[in-house]
Amino acid sequence: MLDDFLIRAALAGIGLALATGPLGSFVVWRRMAYFGDATSHAAILGVALALALHLPIGIGTLIVALAMAGTVSTLAAKGWAMDTTLGVLAHSALAFGLVAISYVPNVRADLSSYLFGDILAVSRADLAFIWGGAALVLALLIWRWQRLLTATLSEDLAHASGINPSTERLTLTIALAVVVAVALKIVGALLIAAMLIIPAAAARALSRTPESMATIAAFIGAQACLGGLALSLWQDTPAGPSIITIAALIFAASAAFGRAAHK
Amino acid sequence: MPRLPKGRRMSLISAQHISVAFGAANVLTDVSLAIDQSEIVTLIGPNGSGKSTLLRALLGIVPLASGQVQRAPDLRLGYVPQKLAIDRAMPMTVRRFLSLPQNVRDKDARAALARVGLAGQEGAQMAQLSGGQMQRAMLARALLTDPQILVLDEPTQGLDQQGEAAFYRLIEELRLETGAAVLMVSHDLHVVMAASDRVICLNGHICCQGAPHVVSSAPEYRALFGLGTQGALALYQHAHDHVHDGGHVPAGPAPTTGAKDAFGRSPTDPHYGHNHA
Repeated sequence: MLDDFLIRAALAGIGLALATGPLGSFVVWRRMAYFGDATSHAAILGVALALALHLPIGIGTLIVALAMAGTVSTLAAKGWAMDTTLGVLAHSALAFGLVAISYVPNVRADLSSYLFGDILAVSRADLAFIWGGAALVLALLIWRWQRLLTATLSEDLAHASGINPSTERLTLTIALAVVVAVALKIVGALLIAAMLIIPAAAARALSRTPESMATIAAFIGAQACLGGLALSLWQDTPAGPSIITIAALIFAASAAFGRAAHK
Repeated sequence: MPRLPKGRRMSLISAQHISVAFGAANVLTDVSLAIDQSEIVTLIGPNGSGKSTLLRALLGIVPLASGQVQRAPDLRLGYVPQKLAIDRAMPMTVRRFLSLPQNVRDKDARAALARVGLAGQEGAQMAQLSGGQMQRAMLARALLTDPQILVLDEPTQGLDQQGEAAFYRLIEELRLETGAAVLMVSHDLHVVMAASDRVICLNGHICCQGAPHVVSSAPEYRALFGLGTQGALALYQHAHDHVHDGGHVPAGPAPTTGAKDAFGRSPTDPHYGHNHA
């Protein structure tokens, strides 16, 4: 069954959505959208590093994404102006990555697959990496769920309950880096943040508790992946952007429904 | 956090010579205090005097520059912050909020909500509560930990005068029911004076402390809050029906028994809520 590239692609998308649903909800709750951009754009730099050092792409991406996520959250804790700092970091990471990658021979032709993903070329090994990474992120979030929610709601309440908000920030930082490494193959560096934010934003109008929002976001993400694959096959459009297109359409429908429901 | 040996009579929470600095500026200098069981202690002081910072230092939210904070072993502490800004992006029912971070049973959640006057509000979204309802929801959450001490940071900020009086009345009832100590920050001087066992007057350091009527006649207190407040205070410690001009009533020794009776004053009183400072 796994011999079929379409089945592999669908499974890859569903695996990714299981992690991006809950994690994307935290990104939305904590207003970390730009943070996701900076980390995912750094993935291109990770690709260049991996190619130069002959490391697996996933490992190179993970290392650079961790470094970037760690830098950003350290700067945030020191009270830097995050809007500007993140803007500088996100775009610089992308530019540095693209320049660095141009020095590696024979990659230019593949560049668009790193930028926009190549879900139709997912191998069995990729699938194992994607599901392993997604399971790790999900396990991490479930393990620390109550503490993460409390710290997200209010750092003061967390402190008073004996929870250290910095630990929970670190948890999310690590989870984000892993998701970036996992998602690179599927939607590409430019669209990872979209995969985090759009399904979660679409789930907001349909949810009453954090748990329902995280679950619905995972479901919407999976639907977007399947719908995007179908669109890509039918219209011969690039798969990664097709997935985000479907996610955006679901968001628009959900926003309209939410508005109607409140009237 | 160091713990005292068991068996010794001790305070629930205490601070020894703590100082807190933000950058080069000292916000608190050499503050020592102790909160005992079942007492209501109020921190008062002008804006920027370090009231909230002292609470936050006791809770471990802000780091100490020096000194130490001691808690009774396994102290159960319920905290109600000044305000809780819940982002609309985060769906959160009142019921779900009560189970953060410790899961509580439905029966207990229902009882806690009923006790604070939010019966049946389990399904309401936190972001849509009014200021007063939000304070009550946070109080219900704090109560569910069966606290030995409730810590409240300006709990009535943003409430109207009736809401404020009702909230303080609720706090005092809860203290009687549960035996929990209460440590709160407030700048509603007259209410505070009537509802506290002990008042600590803060201005970067502890200026004076003691029973409300003692503090209110201390020169340090008058230097901070002026005589106008004294007038307002005296007003609430005496009967309300006498005439006075300019809001100044001769201070005199306040009747020690009058304080709590005065708390139940009517919101229709023309001087209700006045702050002559």
